[in-house]
Amino acid sequence: MTEKTAESNRLKTITLKVNHKEYTVDVEPRMLLSDVLRDILRLTGTHVGCEHGVCGACTITMDGRPVRSCLVFGVQADQADIVTVEGLESEDGELHPLQKGFWEKHGLQCGFCTPGMLMTACHLLEHNPDPSREEIREAISGNLCRCTGYQGIVDAVEYAAKEMRERAE
Amino acid sequence: MKPAAFDYYKPETLDEALSLLDEFGYDAKILAGGQSLIPMMNMRLARPPVLIDINGVPGMTGIEVGDSEIVIGGLTRHYMVEHSAEIRSSCPMLAEGIKLIGHSQIRSRGTIGGSIVHADPTAELPVMLTALGGKVTVVSSGEERELTPEELFLTYMTTTIEPNEIVKSVHFPVIAERTGHAIEEFTLRSGDFAIIIAAASVTLDEEGLIESAALCIGGVDGVPVKLDDVTDELIGHAPSDELFEESCAPITDMVEPEKDIHASVEYRKDLCVALSRRVLKKAADEAKLA
Repeated sequence: MTEKTAESNRLKTITLKVNHKEYTVDVEPRMLLSDVLRDILRLTGTHVGCEHGVCGACTITMDGRPVRSCLVFGVQADQADIVTVEGLESEDGELHPLQKGFWEKHGLQCGFCTPGMLMTACHLLEHNPDPSREEIREAISGNLCRCTGYQGIVDAVEYAAKEMRERAE
Repeated sequence: MKPAAFDYYKPETLDEALSLLDEFGYDAKILAGGQSLIPMMNMRLARPPVLIDINGVPGMTGIEVGDSEIVIGGLTRHYMVEHSAEIRSSCPMLAEGIKLIGHSQIRSRGTIGGSIVHADPTAELPVMLTALGGKVTVVSSGEERELTPEELFLTYMTTTIEPNEIVKSVHFPVIAERTGHAIEEFTLRSGDFAIIIAAASVTLDEEGLIESAALCIGGVDGVPVKLDDVTDELIGHAPSDELFEESCAPITDMVEPEKDIHASVEYRKDLCVALSRRVLKKAADEAKLA
């Protein structure tokens, strides 16, 4: 038993890319990716709500797909390419159209769900530049907003979609 | 909520994964997509001493569509099936049903094999596997065997898969000629676990009469329930609203759902009848178009 405990606590070294920056860190295998991001990398934009895959606040993108970071162990992110909400604004500090949209359209009340909403919406707009309100609702259905600010959030995503389409033209 | 400590192994081959299972037996859990296992671990309802992460095992991801059979690697993620044009045309129910699994974040990670072995009787994949008469191939060191849904599912979250076995692939039949598929579920919120889920397949003969049909319901027992008594009655008849209404009415006496905070027994029975009628009709309509 003692031998097992020793093995369990053994740290694993992983290398991951977060917002285009490479990090090499030691993690305990049971550490969730959300905690690696927040506690080790100090990227506290990723919020931790329910910690069992219901609320969506911890959504990040991992190798281009939206993922709940509380349902992935940090060790599993070895060699992965991750984008968190901190990676949305451009290098010169200009807000992403989605961030602007949430600002303009009051897409947030308390703001706790916002990082997850932004990351989910970001993936939606990358694959569907002109989503209907129904498609936006479907996309964010895995993200809970307890202020029930969905109306503003849907408006914000629509605003960003338009902005991004105009930029692309 | 944080998981209890465990030993973590990341094998690079299937053989290596299987020999780890041989070594640790019941102490080990396979980590594939983790979308059911990790929540259980976060809540400490599950505290496996050993996790064997098979995400690095090659050859277990992919979709192969043959003439009569679709073979999906156990480690294939839901979104890959969801976005496969081949699946959409070769097995429409599978394409429809996959979209009902959780949310896009869950489908990014969750795997086909994982959903099957998790054996939640209200989950989409076990119901679809049963409705369509699919199969599961499991491997252990030196052995491989095929299981039908009836041989696989024992009861709630329990299968006949041995602790030294891994789901290598899941097999679904390619849709036959003049056949339609349909799947529907009732949930309280989009993406939630279904309260009742129904899936049907209907094949018409050249005259447009029902040649064969299958109907399966999830959420009424520890395993998905196939209602052959209902579909046997349909054979030789022309599909019509009256036919489906009449044949589905007795379902209230055939199923024995349990009540919980979300719905009473009577309500669940009503849902079984309504959803069965709906999927049979939809499948028959699809079959007419096919």
